[in-house]
Order: sequence, then structure tokens, then C-alpha cells
Amino acid sequence: MLWRTIGLRLLLGVVTVLAVTVLIFAATNVLPGDAARAILGRAATPQAVAKLQAEMGLDRPLVVQYLSWLGGMVHLDMGRSLVTRGPVVDLIAPRFGNSLILLCITSAIVLPLSLATGIAMALTKGRGFDNIANTLLIALAGIPEFIVGIVLIVLLSTQVLSVLPPTSMVPSGQTVLGNPQVLVLPVMTLVLAILPYLSRLVRSALIDAMASEYVVTARLKGLPERQVIVRHALRNSLLPAIQASALSLGYILGGAVVVEFIFQYPGMGTALRDAVGSRDLLVIQAVVLIFACGYVLFNLAADVLSIIVTPRLRG
Amino acid sequence: MLDMHEAGRAPATGTGNWALRVRNLRIELPQGGDIVDEVSFDIARGEVLGLVGESGSGKTTVGMALLAYARGGARITGGEIWINAAGGPVNILAHDGPALRRLRGAAVAYVPQDPASALNPALSLQTQLAEVLEAHEPGLSAAEKDRRIRESMDDVGLRGDAAFLARYPHQLSGGQQQRIGIAMAILLRPAVIVLDEPTTGLDVSTQNRILEVVRRLCDEHHIGALHVTHDLSVISAIADRMLVMYSGRVIELGSVADVFNRPHHPYSQALLSAVPELLSRSALVAVPGSPARPSERPPGCFFAPRCALAEGACQAAAPPLALCEPDHEVACHKAGAVATNAPMHLPDPDPVPARPVLDVAGLHVAYGRLKVLKGVSFSVHKGECLAIVGESGSGKSTLSRAIVGLVQGARPGLSFHGEALHPHARKRTTPQRQKIQYIFQSPFNSLNPRQTVASILGLVHDTFNRTGADERQRACIRALNLVGLPARTMNLFPDEMSGGERQRTSIARALLSNPEILVCDEVTSALDVSVQASIVNLLKRLMEEQGLTIVFVTHDLALVRNIAHRVLVLEHGVVAELGPVGQVIDHPAHPYAQELLHNARQGDLTLRVARQGEGG
Repeated sequence: MLWRTIGLRLLLGVVTVLAVTVLIFAATNVLPGDAARAILGRAATPQAVAKLQAEMGLDRPLVVQYLSWLGGMVHLDMGRSLVTRGPVVDLIAPRFGNSLILLCITSAIVLPLSLATGIAMALTKGRGFDNIANTLLIALAGIPEFIVGIVLIVLLSTQVLSVLPPTSMVPSGQTVLGNPQVLVLPVMTLVLAILPYLSRLVRSALIDAMASEYVVTARLKGLPERQVIVRHALRNSLLPAIQASALSLGYILGGAVVVEFIFQYPGMGTALRDAVGSRDLLVIQAVVLIFACGYVLFNLAADVLSIIVTPRLRG
Repeated sequence: MLDMHEAGRAPATGTGNWALRVRNLRIELPQGGDIVDEVSFDIARGEVLGLVGESGSGKTTVGMALLAYARGGARITGGEIWINAAGGPVNILAHDGPALRRLRGAAVAYVPQDPASALNPALSLQTQLAEVLEAHEPGLSAAEKDRRIRESMDDVGLRGDAAFLARYPHQLSGGQQQRIGIAMAILLRPAVIVLDEPTTGLDVSTQNRILEVVRRLCDEHHIGALHVTHDLSVISAIADRMLVMYSGRVIELGSVADVFNRPHHPYSQALLSAVPELLSRSALVAVPGSPARPSERPPGCFFAPRCALAEGACQAAAPPLALCEPDHEVACHKAGAVATNAPMHLPDPDPVPARPVLDVAGLHVAYGRLKVLKGVSFSVHKGECLAIVGESGSGKSTLSRAIVGLVQGARPGLSFHGEALHPHARKRTTPQRQKIQYIFQSPFNSLNPRQTVASILGLVHDTFNRTGADERQRACIRALNLVGLPARTMNLFPDEMSGGERQRTSIARALLSNPEILVCDEVTSALDVSVQASIVNLLKRLMEEQGLTIVFVTHDLALVRNIAHRVLVLEHGVVAELGPVGQVIDHPAHPYAQELLHNARQGDLTLRVARQGEGG
């Protein structure tokens, strides 16, 4: 039963990704002008444009173009960049790796930290730690992440303390892992951006669970308080946290464009920004598709986890 | 928690056959003032003490206090609660921390009100049962744990095999869930168990089986039980003695037979007179006014403002609890005087002339593949009350919602004054919608909490009329007066009203559209018995004075006897029987109707008391 449910979600995920590919392809095709015009510039003669269109297969019916583009994506043949003329894959692969590193490190910090903070706040509800943490987190939630990033740069790499590099640019031929100091500020900024949201969610879910009838029952059964909290309350309050974590991971992978830009971090976000700037259509398509796949994948994982912690959903 | 009492000091009366002794229990609200005070009672081993009272009387608060637990910031600030536990008498209020934890579940256990929300949805039955043993008797071998769990499951009449124990709460029926709650409570063979309305929300037959289990377990294992309920019939079925609470005080305490046959407190008399009887129609007596909230208690006797016998002495000083006859205590200056006569018996009503207003012909309703109504046909006659009865799952609520056009998946089959009614309310004409009105089961969520009564009622008036503000105001007040509410109700929000007042407001809202038919779906099941009596009397009066036709959906056959002209018995979406109220209840013909009536007779208060009077 469990496997059937998971299989069904997986199928739905595939359908979602296919729908996204249609959207991406359609969106890039309804824009005025095509790749051939973009490459040749405004001064090109109609003959030259037609010749290049034929070379690039742009004169074929849209459906055929879509299918060949989709086939290429599946085989990781994403075409050639309109700007560098190199394969899109070669351009994106290192950026993808860097984003993945940022994602892993950030989530390894922010997920347990949010859980711990949320639990600590729920257990001290309305008292010392909860009041202080809540005030700080709400203030933090009100500050846009680019300001958090800039403040961190001011504090840690320029005026006050000069211990970290203000930008995350890596000499060509080296990876971010080889220069771990460049990761610190982007990771800190992302953690500070996500922590208020996730930890306050854990807090309210746990407070709800602690007020539930089954927690009263557990207490009146004479269970140790620790067991009441961990086994009875926490388990049932994980559900919203799991779903929210999936959205946060999607955000780090794709939506952190601003944070990557502040620190000039060589990830997918800056790749997307550069591609938009130079109208590099094929790169835009590829990056957006990867973001979409990421969201679908994280949500799928969250759904499966939810089913595992919620017997009722197992059907 | 109380520090002034020393742990381990035995009560003066020594160790005997007693299970529980409560002395001068006082519980305070966070903002000061007491919820309950001066509560004292005993429970013997193997004895079931019934604790009755209406909502707000403090009965659940007292029940939970027996485990030294108070909800929502309330604090237990005085008194002693002695439990005759296996290791010797212990005052649970003198303990806290780990010592208190060890007493909870082992010396005194709790069976919660609603097992659907009191069992953890994420844990298997095995886990939830085993953790009780693990917390109190660590080091128990797996085999011993399994044996103890199987024994408890046996006790409550459930399978104790691994496959059943691997289930989760949502895979059980309501009755099975409650049995698990009881199995969990008796696992450690406590001296005392507290049962908090354990059968509310269950069918009569399921309820009877659960009560039998509780009774048998208390006898077999010499457990003293406090059974908290608002249902007098449950008390008469299970309890040896009973305690009546009103506004946080004990007002009467005695054997079930004594209190039912000779209630000495005017409030006890009123409660008993408000219970409908199954075997004859009676003039239900409602208590005027509403219960005193802790913040609004009058000086002297708290019941005095609602009491027919009250005089100067009652307002001057609160009466102490005193013996009025052997083993029967009452707190009343006028104890024993008759304040409420036993209800007057009435004949069953004559049938109304057969003038159909609403015809139901071969009505089918399906939710997806599940067929709920399978070709139901009947007519509702002008000016009658037609009761629709059946167990949960019979389709009675679906039928009532189909009549007002609120269900998806209904096929045509309704006509009103000979004109076809569309299955969906949205597609009906305005007069059709106006003339058939619906009253919801729970007045606690059928009124918008953010609107005053004036705007709730005004909206209905404006939907059907175009008038100025003055006329709207007059019409709304007229409707409120019709249901017995004063004009000042207009300025109240729903949460400023009691349950009975809210249900009256819902009825006023329906009356504003000047309906011919009122469809009432279990309209009294969320209300206390005295409030139920007043709502039933109101509906009867509206039928007589306004010529209203009522479709009354309920599971309570005694209530049917008291309001209906005819009864329709629904079984799994099919009409099993339809006839005059006296005939269906006294001489049911269909086997399903006979079974329903058999269960109702088992649960009927008057019949139970009569059976006990005969010594069986």
C-alpha cells in the first residue's frame, strides 16, 4: 500500500515536470524574435536569418522542436549557449555542483537548528527563552535577505572584523570546496533567512500538539515528560515542518538568486542572472528546468516522509 | 500543587474497604475565584460513583483533579485526595514531579471523553499500551508485557493478538477505541479509575456494551470508579451512588435509587423532570434561567435565582451539605420540599389530516460509489412533526440535508406543494428556499462568531425583504421574542450566549424567512438535558401557534415520543417503518425497528430506575 502511494506520487511528479517543460518551451517561444535573430543581431538580412533558422532547426513545427528539445534535455544534451557557443551542460555543470554544495551545507545547519530552536521555544512558551527568541526571529524575518547579507559583509569582512572574504568568487580551475572560507557568508545569510520561518513553524506546531487530548492522556498515563514530548507531541508536529522544509530546500536551490548575487557566488542563481542579462535562451531554459525538478523532487521526498510519520495517510 | 500536606500521612479512618476519599477539594481559576470548592466524597472498592452536572458545573474539573491535574491554567489550591493504593493510602495532592508521575496511571487512571482524539494517531495500539507498563514497571520482560496486555484486552472484550495490536487508532470503530482507552486504564490495576463521559457520541447499543464492561471490571478487580457524565440514564445503568454538582458545588449525594426516587434538591428534581420518557409523552419541565458561571454567582445558594422555592434564607447563606435521610446528603435550606412536580403525562397526539406539503418519491443519494439513500419515499403532512430515526450510518442526516438541497450526488425525487424541487438548493426558486429552512446540530458552529445577532438575523431579513432599518429591527426582535429571547440579545455575539440561547437564535434565524417546514437535524444533541427540554417545548409551541411543519431528525427515541406525530425508521438508506408515534414505539413491526426500540428501552432512564426498584 505504501509503495503504491509512493509510486503514484512519483508518477504525479513526472507529470508535473513534463507540464513545466511545456510551459518553459512555450514561454521562450512566444517571446518576439527567436534565437537566430538574437545571434545575428538587428542588422542581419532576412536571408541570413532564414539560413541560420534552418541550421538550428527553428523552421520545423513547434511540436517537433519541443520534442527534440525535450529529448536533448533527457540525454543532458542541452544545446549550445548562444553567447559562449559552448555546450550548455559544460557551462551549467560546475554551477550546479556549487549550488548543490551550498544547499547541502545550509540545510545540514538550518534544519536541525530550526528544529532545536522551535522545540526550545515551544517548551518555554510565554517565558524567557521563547520571548527573547521570538522577538529576535520576528525582527529577522522582517529584514530582507540582501540586507542581512550586506550587514554580514560589513560586520565580518570589511569595517568591523576583516576575517572573511566579502565575495565568493573562486579562481578559475578551483572549486568552492577548495576555498571553504567563501562559503561562510552565503551559508550564514541563507540560514538567517530560513531560520525564522522554519523554527516558528516548528514552535507553533509543537505548541498545538502539546495542547492536544492525546498529550493530556499520555501525561495522565504517568509517562515521563520527556517521552510525552518526544514520542507523543513532537512526532505529530513534524508534518508541517516536513512540508515547509521541502519548500525551503527548493528556495535555497533556486530562489537564492539574490544571495548568490550579493556574494557573487558561482552557483545556479548567478548563472540564471547572467543568462537573463545576455538573453541566453537555452541556458535560461535549462536552469529553470533544473529548479523545477528540484522543487518537485523535494516535495516528493516530503510527501513520502509525511506518509511514513502519518499512519492515517497510508490508506 | 499543595505543599502544606505531608506526603504519606494516612487519613483518620485508616485502611479499610475504601478506594478514594476526597476532602474539601478547591480548584481556582488563573485569575482567582474558584471553579469548584468544598467538594468531598468517598468511593468504596468496586463501587461506581456517578458524577452528574450540566456544562460548566465543574464535573470534568473534579474528575481530572483526582489525578492531580487541572486544565487551562486552573490550579488545585486546597483539599486532600486520598487513594487507597496497593502500597497503602496516599494523598495524591501532596506529591509532584516523579512521585506524582508514578501515581498517575498506577494508583489512579483516566479514561478520556473522546477516544478518537485522546489516542495518539501516529502510534500503534501496541506502543500505546506497552508504554504504560514500561513507564511504571521498567524491566518487565517482553513476554510478561505481552501477557499483561493480552489480559487487559481480554478484559475489555477485544482481540489481543499481534495483528490487532499493530493497528492504529483510525482503523478502529468508536466503540473499539473506547475499549482501548479502558484497557489502557486498567492495565496496572489501579485502585481508582476516572471515566470522563466515555460513552458520549456512541450508539445506544455500543454504549450499553461499554457500560457493561466498566461495571464488570469494577466488580472483578475491586476498582473504585468515578463516572462523569451529563446523561442521567447512563448513571442509572452503571452507578451505585450518585453525586449532583451545580456551579462548582456538591448539591446532592446518595444512592442512585434514593436520588432518582426521592430527589431532595430542587435542581435534582428539575433535572429529572427534564428527561423525556420513552413509553409516554410528558410535559417536559425546563429550568428557567441559565446556570451561574463562576464569575456571576449570587450570594447565598447559587441555585436560588432559578429556584421556585427560594426565600430570604436562601439568598442570605449558602446551605451546607447535610444528611436528609440515611446515606443521602443534600445542600438545600428547603431540602425535601417539592419544587418540580413529576412531569404530567400526556396522550399521544392525534394524527394531522393527510395534506402533503413535501413529497419524497424514490430519493437516491450516493457519495461516489457509496449509496446512502436507496429509494426513500414518504410524505410530510401540513402541521405535523415527522421524526426520522435510525442508528449512525442509516442515512438520516443525509436525508435531512437532501430535503434542503445541501448534498451533492442527490437525484431528483422531491416535490414541494406538487412542484418538483431541484436537488441543489442553489437551483431552487427563492420562495422554495425560503419556505424550507434548516436548523443545524451544533449551535456552537452554525452562527458566525464575528457577527452580532443583529447582523446574523438582519442578513436573513434583507435576503427576503426590502425594508428600512427600523422595520428590519422590529422583524428581528419579533423573531427573537418568538423563541423566548429578549430584545437585548440583538447586541450579543454568539460566544456571549449559552448553548441554549445560541440554538434559539438559530431557530429565530430560520423563522425570519417565514418558513413552512423546519428541518431539525439532531438540534438538541449538543445541549444539556434541561436546555433540551426548553428547545423541545419551543418547537412544540411553534408548531401549535405558527402552524409550522417539522422534520425532526434524531437518534433519541424518547425525544421522538415527546414531539413527533409520526415516526419514520430508516435502515441503511431504506424506509423500514413509518407510522404514528405511539404505534411505532409501543408495537414496532419491522425487525430493525424492534431492535432499535429494544436498545432504547435498555437505555431509558425511567425504565432503568423502575428495574432497579424491582431489585434487578
